[in-house]
Amino acid sequence: MLFRYLLLLILLLPIKAFALIEVDITRGNLSPLPIAISPLSIDEESKKNFKKILKKNNIGSEISIVVENNLKQSGLFNPLNKDAFLQKPDIANLKPRFEDWNLIKAQALVTGKVTFVDEKLRVEFRLWDVLAGKEMMALAFTTVPSNWRRVGHIITDKVYERLTGEKGYFDTRIIYVAEEGPKVRRIKKLAIMDQDGFNNKFLTLGNELVLTPRFSPTNQMVTYLSYFKNLPRVYLLDIETGMQEVVGDFPGMTFAPRFSPDGKKIIMSFAQDGNSDIYTMDLENRIVERITNHPSIDTSPSFSPDGKYICFNSDRSGYQQIYVMDSNGKNVKRISFGNGLYGTPVWSPRGDLIAFTKLHRGKFYIGVMRTDGTGERLLTENFYQEAPSWSPNGRVLIFYRETKTNSKGEGFSAKLWSIDLTGYNEKLVETKTDASDPSWSSLLSN
Amino acid sequence: MNRSIVVSSGLHILMVIITAMSLPFLSKKPLDLPPIISVELIQITDQTSIPFAPKAKKIIEKIKEKEKKLVSEQAPPKIVKKQKPDAVPLPDEKIEKVKKIKDKKQNPEKVDNEVKQVSEFEKDNLFDPSNIAALIDKSKIETAETKQKTDKVTQDQDKKIDFAGLTLSEEDALKAQIFGCWSIPLGLPYNENLLVRIKLQLKPDGTIIRSEILDHARMNKPGQGFYKVLAESALRAIKLCQPLRVPSSGYEKWKDLQLNFDAREMLEG
Repeated sequence: MLFRYLLLLILLLPIKAFALIEVDITRGNLSPLPIAISPLSIDEESKKNFKKILKKNNIGSEISIVVENNLKQSGLFNPLNKDAFLQKPDIANLKPRFEDWNLIKAQALVTGKVTFVDEKLRVEFRLWDVLAGKEMMALAFTTVPSNWRRVGHIITDKVYERLTGEKGYFDTRIIYVAEEGPKVRRIKKLAIMDQDGFNNKFLTLGNELVLTPRFSPTNQMVTYLSYFKNLPRVYLLDIETGMQEVVGDFPGMTFAPRFSPDGKKIIMSFAQDGNSDIYTMDLENRIVERITNHPSIDTSPSFSPDGKYICFNSDRSGYQQIYVMDSNGKNVKRISFGNGLYGTPVWSPRGDLIAFTKLHRGKFYIGVMRTDGTGERLLTENFYQEAPSWSPNGRVLIFYRETKTNSKGEGFSAKLWSIDLTGYNEKLVETKTDASDPSWSSLLSN
Repeated sequence: MNRSIVVSSGLHILMVIITAMSLPFLSKKPLDLPPIISVELIQITDQTSIPFAPKAKKIIEKIKEKEKKLVSEQAPPKIVKKQKPDAVPLPDEKIEKVKKIKDKKQNPEKVDNEVKQVSEFEKDNLFDPSNIAALIDKSKIETAETKQKTDKVTQDQDKKIDFAGLTLSEEDALKAQIFGCWSIPLGLPYNENLLVRIKLQLKPDGTIIRSEILDHARMNKPGQGFYKVLAESALRAIKLCQPLRVPSSGYEKWKDLQLNFDAREMLEG
């Protein structure tokens, strides 16, 4: 017994336990992540074959430039200058010397290889964590050579998702209204392009006025409004096949048809007997259902991503404000209470925010608020801008802005701009002509 | 002459009487003493305990109440008799208790129990003299009671943590260094519980011998993509920063260090 007590005493005496020290890290830097995008390596024979087909000297470099531009445009990454790279692409692709990449302060590295296999383009790429010295992801794609830009976009989406945790938005398209000519005799055509402004195509000839094109969230269908013999007509257009059909002719002022989240209905506003209300139309049986019935002007409806709610704008309080209601039109609730007029509400694909245009003291703002109206944030301000549309991941907004073309305030130019939710990363989206009413597609591939 | 002596004596007697009458102890009035104020002398340390202040009392009271119940519910005599003499608490029980402490102390928003995993480090910390006592004494009751004692988060323990920790300036130096190295992934949502706890084992010069994400099982769980991204960014920050700016003395104190990365404040902006 005595021995046991002695043993206990001996065991207890030397123990001098220090409590574990905890340090809370609640701040960091918000500068973009330094990333090195090594040109994709390519063998000589593949290079020759691709040169014949695509008229590009080095398709590996071209794809890496697409990735680099995308990441830079996002504002979350800082692609490092290729001149500083110490390791050649063909060797880096096999096994990067992490010390070399560490030396130029890269935290992530993209390497890869392009080959010509059975008349097709095969791309393998790897994402490396330079500091941890390990591979984070490795993927390979095979496609027709003409799709090489899309391969760059898909690689960017994968890298973006792996490093930020949220889905990318690079393998997407933007549909918009291309505008040419003086303001009084404006020619408006429907046009589509990749999100980075490349592969621009006109979808209509410009004989009729086109307005408010909107992508379906589930497929490559577009709905838009056009005037035929001075009557508003809603169209459906299949981007893949080019097939177009008339959904219906509607009376009076018809505005902004938009798809429901399942793509089976369109929601819009039109004026019947001089009173503008919100209606849905089932695309299968073409049955029109009235959603609001109020003497005020109700316009710009947009479904929540779960399809349970609709946000819209109405002047029922005396001024144009944003309202939310159930999808059957019940429980209408005003959510915007700030100074000024609010319009064009659009529900985020993530479901957490509503984007809007605000007019206050002669200036136009693009902003976001939570779905209950709290947390209003104005992201950008200008002389005239409107029509925000969300990227499929709910992080970036594209909208159009009109600016005066000379210092005397004469003439005007309409261009597309994008801004992310931080409000700092505002970029011009290059288009050959003037552009308005943009709408962002969902991801072309998942 | 006699007259002068008499007058002088009389005056002296008068003076004595007046003096005697005015003496305080002769008056029967009770003394009007001021109330006694006890003054506790506290030595002010380099560290503040601000994070614990507002809720600490309530939490401690709650824990005490719970533990009172636990103690009364545990160790019924019959079970004690059936218990094998050399019974040792199972590792699972230990882990559960440690989880409870962790939840209450520094991760108030509950982390999914399925993905919560205790690290090897934490298992080491489970070493506890009371368990040895339990082994020797072979009594389940004692084991339960002593275990309860060590599991309590009491004010005393909090004080110990304060004294054993880094000084404010030491902590600030370390924080400032890591702030500069940590590129917060800006795409993360601000409204999710994304606290990444990383435990480090350090060399005296601040270089890292071992780093471990305490909830590492969460890294590979479906739907935890944001957590994985944040954890990887935190690991990158630590690697980028090393050697860490640690104090020049007291190595034993900080050789094991836990960093809690929480980006919500920044992301909410």
